[in-house]
Amino acid sequence: MFLINCPYCGERDQSEFIAGGEAHIERPKQPTELSDDEWAEYLFMRKNIKGIQFERWNHAHGCRKWFNMIRDTSNDEIKLIYKMGEKPPKG
Amino acid sequence: MSQNLRVKSSNFIDETSRISFKFNGKTYYGFKGDTLASALLANNVHLVGRSFKYHRPRGIMTSGSEEPNAIVQVGNDKAITEPNVRATEVEIYNGLEAKSQNCWPSVNFDIGGINNFLSPLLPAGFYYKTFMWPASFWEKYEIAIRHSAGLGRSPTKPDTDIYEHRYIHCDVLVIGAGISGIMAAKSAAQNNLNTLLLDEKNELGGTTIYQNSDNFKIDNKISSEWLNDEIEELKKLDNLEIKTRTSVAAYHGYNYLLARENLTDHQSKDEKVNKVRQRLLKIRAKKVIIATGSLERPLVFNNNDRPGIMLSSAVKKYADYYGVICGKKNIFFTNNDTAYESAISLYKKGINVHCVIDIRENSNSSIVKEAQDLGIKIYWSHTVVDTHGYKKLKQISIMELSKDGQSFANSNKTVLDCDCLGIAGGWTPAVHLFTQSGGKLKFREKDQVFIPNIYPSKQISIGSCNGDFELDEIIKNTSDTLKDFLEIDNSDYDNLTVKTTKETSKKNIWLLPSDKFIGKTKPFVDYQNDATAKDIKLALREGFRSIEHVKRYTTTGMGTDQGKLGNMHALGIIADTTGVKMGEVGTTTFRPPYTPLTFGTIVGRNVGEYFDIFRRTPMNDWHINNNAEFENVGQWKRAWYYPRGNESMHEAVQRESKATRESAGILDASTLGKIDIQGSDASEFLNRVYTNAWSKLGIGKCRYGLMLNEDGMVYDDGVTTRLGENHYIMTTTTGGAANVMSKLEDYLQTEWPELDVYLTSVTDHFATATIGGPNSKKILNKLIPNLDLSDENFPHMSFKKVKIGKINCRIMRISFTGELSYEINVQANYGKSLWEQCIDAGKEFNITPYGTETMHLLRAEKGFIIVGQDTDGTMTPIDLQMDWVVSKKKYDFIGKRSLYRSDTMREDRKQMVGLLTDDSNTILEEGAQIVSEFNQNPVQMLGHVTSSYFSPNLNKSIALAVVKGGKDMMGKKLFIPMEDKTINVTVVDPVFLDKENKRLNA
Repeated sequence: MFLINCPYCGERDQSEFIAGGEAHIERPKQPTELSDDEWAEYLFMRKNIKGIQFERWNHAHGCRKWFNMIRDTSNDEIKLIYKMGEKPPKG
Repeated sequence: MSQNLRVKSSNFIDETSRISFKFNGKTYYGFKGDTLASALLANNVHLVGRSFKYHRPRGIMTSGSEEPNAIVQVGNDKAITEPNVRATEVEIYNGLEAKSQNCWPSVNFDIGGINNFLSPLLPAGFYYKTFMWPASFWEKYEIAIRHSAGLGRSPTKPDTDIYEHRYIHCDVLVIGAGISGIMAAKSAAQNNLNTLLLDEKNELGGTTIYQNSDNFKIDNKISSEWLNDEIEELKKLDNLEIKTRTSVAAYHGYNYLLARENLTDHQSKDEKVNKVRQRLLKIRAKKVIIATGSLERPLVFNNNDRPGIMLSSAVKKYADYYGVICGKKNIFFTNNDTAYESAISLYKKGINVHCVIDIRENSNSSIVKEAQDLGIKIYWSHTVVDTHGYKKLKQISIMELSKDGQSFANSNKTVLDCDCLGIAGGWTPAVHLFTQSGGKLKFREKDQVFIPNIYPSKQISIGSCNGDFELDEIIKNTSDTLKDFLEIDNSDYDNLTVKTTKETSKKNIWLLPSDKFIGKTKPFVDYQNDATAKDIKLALREGFRSIEHVKRYTTTGMGTDQGKLGNMHALGIIADTTGVKMGEVGTTTFRPPYTPLTFGTIVGRNVGEYFDIFRRTPMNDWHINNNAEFENVGQWKRAWYYPRGNESMHEAVQRESKATRESAGILDASTLGKIDIQGSDASEFLNRVYTNAWSKLGIGKCRYGLMLNEDGMVYDDGVTTRLGENHYIMTTTTGGAANVMSKLEDYLQTEWPELDVYLTSVTDHFATATIGGPNSKKILNKLIPNLDLSDENFPHMSFKKVKIGKINCRIMRISFTGELSYEINVQANYGKSLWEQCIDAGKEFNITPYGTETMHLLRAEKGFIIVGQDTDGTMTPIDLQMDWVVSKKKYDFIGKRSLYRSDTMREDRKQMVGLLTDDSNTILEEGAQIVSEFNQNPVQMLGHVTSSYFSPNLNKSIALAVVKGGKDMMGKKLFIPMEDKTINVTVVDPVFLDKENKRLNA
């Protein structure tokens, strides 16, 4: 059970949060311009990494804010939490 | 019965306090401080249970939570009886009733015992191999197998005990209150760290607390005295909470642990009245110190499971702690020095110790010397090859080992009389919690143990669970580790003088040789699941290699004890047989809970009406008073129908439906989801989330909207009203409200943060009464005489803000039934008052309250969908023939692009149609499959029925269905095969009633 440091509320138990899948997948600005394959890539394809993964989380039973998390899926270590709209660190 | 099996020397048993209890119907007594196991042994009861598979007689083997054999059923009440309880953990109290499990008719005469003689026919994988074919017989086999499987009985009535949960946050959690745990807790608490100390036993001090030997001294005091003083000091500390009888069940990531605190299981019925029985502790610790100690290993040899064969440390504990003599002729069988501690302790109490059988060639350690000096006979290089006695050990046979330990030096066999054999196979660190937390182990060749290596969180293992077995090592390493881990400079434990004996020679043989062919032997590895070394070898011969596969095939380690005793031997035998190094075989996964948890503890207070939250509308009391039946919609309790007199559900729904269309009906619609949307970009936001256009909706007007997922499938629907230039109120389905809110928030925060839009969930803030039917206008006119209800002033799909009496109302003229109808929304506290006023005003028009079932019927007559009933996450608006609500002009909305994927544009997708049965009285079953041809082989399913009713207004059966290519099938005959008949249906338009919408403006 993770202890998650919500960027708005501070450390809270995992049971207050929901996971929202892979982060930094931007909704295409002009969907109609996309081929079926390109749209399917956006819609369906998600990474499932063993190791460092970028994720979206939501403090659903708290401030209801979405934020980003970098997590090592092999040992559940949370490497970094940063707000929506902020760029992930390089490297 | 006299207690001639007691020695008078225990500080832990109160011999003045006699306690009587029943075991298998017979009354015995013990003393305060006894466990069920110690009390039974004191009464010379060794036969406690029968084994799982072969039904072999089994006795008490250990003195702790690792017990595999002596598991009993406690309690004789239908509501309060617990199976699979370890007799070694049950503290006796007056009135305790316990029974043996897994035997019939009794533990002394068990019919299942015949399995022991059939055992050559019951090898590993027997069930997999035997009951595979013919497949159709499986159902019959299953009945017989289920009858003979399982341990113990479940309660047959609801549990009457009280359980609860508690959250604890601490700086330091110490698990285990043996010598190293006490040192840790004291060091932490002394240094201003908020500390929690847990131990599964009822006393602090672990095994050291009854260690009364000159061989073990700390600071020139006998180790137990030193520890006692430490405990006294510890109890004076402020920032420390101590919980005994508390077993850590699970160690999760981020130092989150679950523990079960046992509060009343040791108390008699009168003492525990109205008290909480068990408490689940949910602990979040900044640092965790594991001091769970180690478990003594048995030895694996032929017939090593007879009652009277016990761990040597258990024999010692029964004598030292409980003052109980386990046998009159005691022999110890060992591969290390531990057995000598036990032998000497017994000898000094005047208990007979016949000899020690040691597989080692010799040892010159001080404790072995002491035993020799006392005159205890030692058989060096010997092993037990067989044991005798059915329900109680009577004799053992021993032989001299060859140099390599794999066979024998000669063929001489010595038979010794013996009624208690204390076996000592070395020690296994209790690393279960460490590995549960994600810790990685390493194998230490020297003494063949797995010890903690890589820690995944802020935690440390100390004492024998970290592989420190000798007293001087424990004190020194614990002290050093604590200073480092707790970041403290000084320790009370620096420079203590420690006297201990040191083990000087080691030898380990995982499977001891037998003079018999292995197929004729029973060397048990997992006692609880009756898995023998022979089974493991068979699994290897049959090609299983992974330890996880061998475990599942032989069931080794899969009992309620998770193989705490035998897992190491299973690994050792695999390593020896396959020639792989022990450290490379790996270990199986230890899973929570460490010892079984009751369901009561897991559930806590969340039972009965507290199991889940339920939501009721402000009109709920009225519904109850008017005989409503309720249905669950999400967490809501919604009025389902209102039967009058002896009316059936069908009759009530037919009456309510007819009355609504003929005059007027009223529905409690308060549960619909309501989201208040404000901001200068509110219209643009709605444009993006709904399939249709919103910018041009006039203020005071309402519009139906359909919301899709990004994959193009219908997600939710509802009517949204424009209250002002930048202000809308959206309604959602009752069940979808929370999800819609989350989805909208997600898009606003992550995709469109530039939009100026604010969302507020106001579902509970409003109560809603919907009055519908040709007379609804007259009723509303009575309620609000000064409001102009003409179609010009208050047309369909529009909104008015008015007052009924003093109550502010938002009234929407919208319709889900096809009738002229008004949804009246008021602040929730006025809901019941509004409802009653509507009922009063409607009396002269026979206003009829109707529930969700009638609502469903009325909307089906009009062909309106219910998201979640007529859709299932695979329906696009085009599939639903709802193209009219999808804007072609809008550049984008959620899900738009997906409507143009090759798959969503297929002509032969399942599409919404209406069905009429040839026989207008036959009502289809919802979910029934639809086919195009009779007797087709193979049958091709075209679709299924999604909604079906008998329409009282049309006087015939109607149904909605999804059918492949259904749009182009109008008038076509299809078939619905049922169990006993085939129903003929015709595809029709899904709008059955009032296609011209005349009734809306009646």
